[in-house]
Amino acid sequence: MKTKQLCVAIACAGLMASAVYASKAQAEDSIYVPLLTYRTGPYANSGIPIANGMHDYLAMLNERDGGIGGVKLNIEECETGYDTKKGVECYESIKGKNPAVVNPWSTGITLQLIPKAGVDKIPILSMAYGLSAAAVGKDFPWVFNPPATYWDGMSMIIKYIGGKTGGLDKLKGKTVGFIFLDAGYGREPIPLLEQLAKDYGFKVKLYAVAGKEMQDQSSQWLAVRRDRPDWMIMWGWGAMNPTAVKRAAENGYPMDHFISVWWGGGEDDARPAGAQAKGYLTLNFAVPGEKFPAIEAIMKDVVGKGKSQTPKDKVGESHYNKGVYNSVMIAEAIRNAQKLTGKKVVTGEDVRRGLETMHITAARWKELGLDGFAAPLNITCADHSGHQPAYMQQWDGAKWVKVSDWIQPMTDKVGPMLDAAAKEYVEKNSGWPKRTEACDKAM
Amino acid sequence: MLYREAGQFKTSYASDQAIFPILQDRIGIVVILAVAFTLPLYADDFIVNAVMIPFLIFSLAAIGLNLLTGYTGQLSLGTGAFMGVGAYACYKLTTIWPDVNIIVWVVCSGFFSAAVGAVFGLPSLRIKGFYLAIATLAAQFFLEWCFIRIPWLYNENISGAIEVPQRELFNIIVTGPRATAETRYYVVLCLVVAMTWIASNLMHGRIGRTWMAVRDMDIAAELMGIRLLPTKLMAFAVSSFYCGVAGALMVFLWYGGAEPAVFNINQSFTILFMIIIGGLGSLLGSFLGAALIYVLPIALRFGPELLGLHMHAATVEHVTFMVVGILIIFFLIAEPAGLARLWQIGKQKLRVWPFPY
Repeated sequence: MKTKQLCVAIACAGLMASAVYASKAQAEDSIYVPLLTYRTGPYANSGIPIANGMHDYLAMLNERDGGIGGVKLNIEECETGYDTKKGVECYESIKGKNPAVVNPWSTGITLQLIPKAGVDKIPILSMAYGLSAAAVGKDFPWVFNPPATYWDGMSMIIKYIGGKTGGLDKLKGKTVGFIFLDAGYGREPIPLLEQLAKDYGFKVKLYAVAGKEMQDQSSQWLAVRRDRPDWMIMWGWGAMNPTAVKRAAENGYPMDHFISVWWGGGEDDARPAGAQAKGYLTLNFAVPGEKFPAIEAIMKDVVGKGKSQTPKDKVGESHYNKGVYNSVMIAEAIRNAQKLTGKKVVTGEDVRRGLETMHITAARWKELGLDGFAAPLNITCADHSGHQPAYMQQWDGAKWVKVSDWIQPMTDKVGPMLDAAAKEYVEKNSGWPKRTEACDKAM
Repeated sequence: MLYREAGQFKTSYASDQAIFPILQDRIGIVVILAVAFTLPLYADDFIVNAVMIPFLIFSLAAIGLNLLTGYTGQLSLGTGAFMGVGAYACYKLTTIWPDVNIIVWVVCSGFFSAAVGAVFGLPSLRIKGFYLAIATLAAQFFLEWCFIRIPWLYNENISGAIEVPQRELFNIIVTGPRATAETRYYVVLCLVVAMTWIASNLMHGRIGRTWMAVRDMDIAAELMGIRLLPTKLMAFAVSSFYCGVAGALMVFLWYGGAEPAVFNINQSFTILFMIIIGGLGSLLGSFLGAALIYVLPIALRFGPELLGLHMHAATVEHVTFMVVGILIIFFLIAEPAGLARLWQIGKQKLRVWPFPY
């Protein structure tokens, strides 16, 4: 009896193994796009909409256009749980499969992968997160952080605050509180904030929130209550954001003086605090909403056909659309790479060139079915971020409302600091390779 | 049957007291070592890099904690922090003196960890059991705080992470992104084998015996003339040394960089679970525990994929959590003394098979 069962099991395993070989043989004429996502753990509330957005746009291209340039995309998710260790493990497991590009979706994982990228010839696309200094293409040919770095984001927030107080020179003597997730991510903008504080004469108060206390934060907000900063800026992620919004409301902090970077701008970050969250501000670079033709196509071809994990009412939410933005860049980079090389199935090396020549104009956005979705994006050999503007959005109790124009970052302040930081990074990492990759002409 | 010892005569005390008294065990260990040393020849990068290197490093850390908790009976929750001390010490040493051989610094960093461990082991003379665990928890939190708040430790890096520079050993790149998986694997393997051998000798000698005496009944041990303070502190120091080296290896030869969060309380718990599942007071148990806790989830995660079963990444994660949890409960019910004891029982059964009595 037992031997019989064993035989059946072995036969099944054999069948499956042959199926794997069959699918692998098929996979050769497709482009492998791994997505490092997290749908579990304390950061899942932010991770799920992003993962859905990224997956759905690429799946829509497969369904509607049969992939990119006639080549299907082989989309595969790897669960990282926002954990650096698991992220690196995911990277190790995908790197042998000739991935087009890697999206780490965690500043911690990005920092680990940056040195590996050039060695393994796999470009890293860290959309508006990761190492700010990686915007310097001369030193980091394999890393991209469009459309803006954290430092750009911070300078936009200060600019907005300046605008509200009646000019940047009026910031003198004011206090700006900075509440941040105490990890590589949250600490990243501090040098710029301190530099701006010196330049404009405002005071900075730092409130660090360790990962394990992000669902509590009572001590930090007590301190905020005591210090009464004129403005609060937040760099939070996952469960930290809704908690901070709730705590701010409880402590009577004026919500229209509480500004988060784009990663605090999910519907699920503001919604749990109910009506009290009204007035909460965040930056954003991808307009929420489902009234774009491309998003409608997703609705029709992917979500409508049950080929996605996204609930119908979540399509077009703020973080979801950021995921879409990320996938638009992947797709455009692959398209560029196909044009540059004339190949159908492109490799990581080709996609790196594709990313470096990416130029999405307003007209191109319209062509993509995303008219008015985002500011034009321009990446060059020297500038891997583009330093594109973002706008301020405000929670009206039920949805996000655009309340400002596109705010340009203070490139005059950020630029020199980026160069200095990149130089320092290269110096500290002895043996950091000189850039040998040639620059392509913009297309 | 496999383990029948008939015909294996022991004619001297040395052969009777050997660590592997049975011929089959000796053959087994030679085979395991042979497989381990030839592994990169036939395994792919993923196996070497994401499975074997971490497995060996976790085994080393588990041995470290086992020396303290399994052999000396001092419960510790500071393992993660002691590993961190090793990693940060190694980072500081190699950035201050970049020309010194990196392996020297990896081993040296163990001494820093040992010193810190001995300091936090001081309360062990007065407090025992769970209370000691809480005292070591203080070490965990304090040291983690240091890793975050003292910028000197990570050379004022903006992101607060340590990045491993490239270092060479006999003109072969050992650390940094350009080091091949094989090189790193052999370095880790050699260190782990050597340190396991040392640990085994320690355990079979005077020091190990005094530790076990303290574990079994410290008053009796004291009455027999074992001085408790030096013995316990020694256990803390040696244990932390192992953890420190494991931490340095982890950052330098596996991750290639680390944030303080790597050395958080979860890391301590993971190692503690490894030795509880593997078997307290057993070197073999340290390896088995590391395999179960670390390698099994990877196998579960990537196994279905290899079989052609397509599941959502998140589903796999949930299933992995459940399966590992169930297995832990199963093994603890089947044999509370751990996998090492299970192996012992299995061996005993094999000796009398097919005629059990």
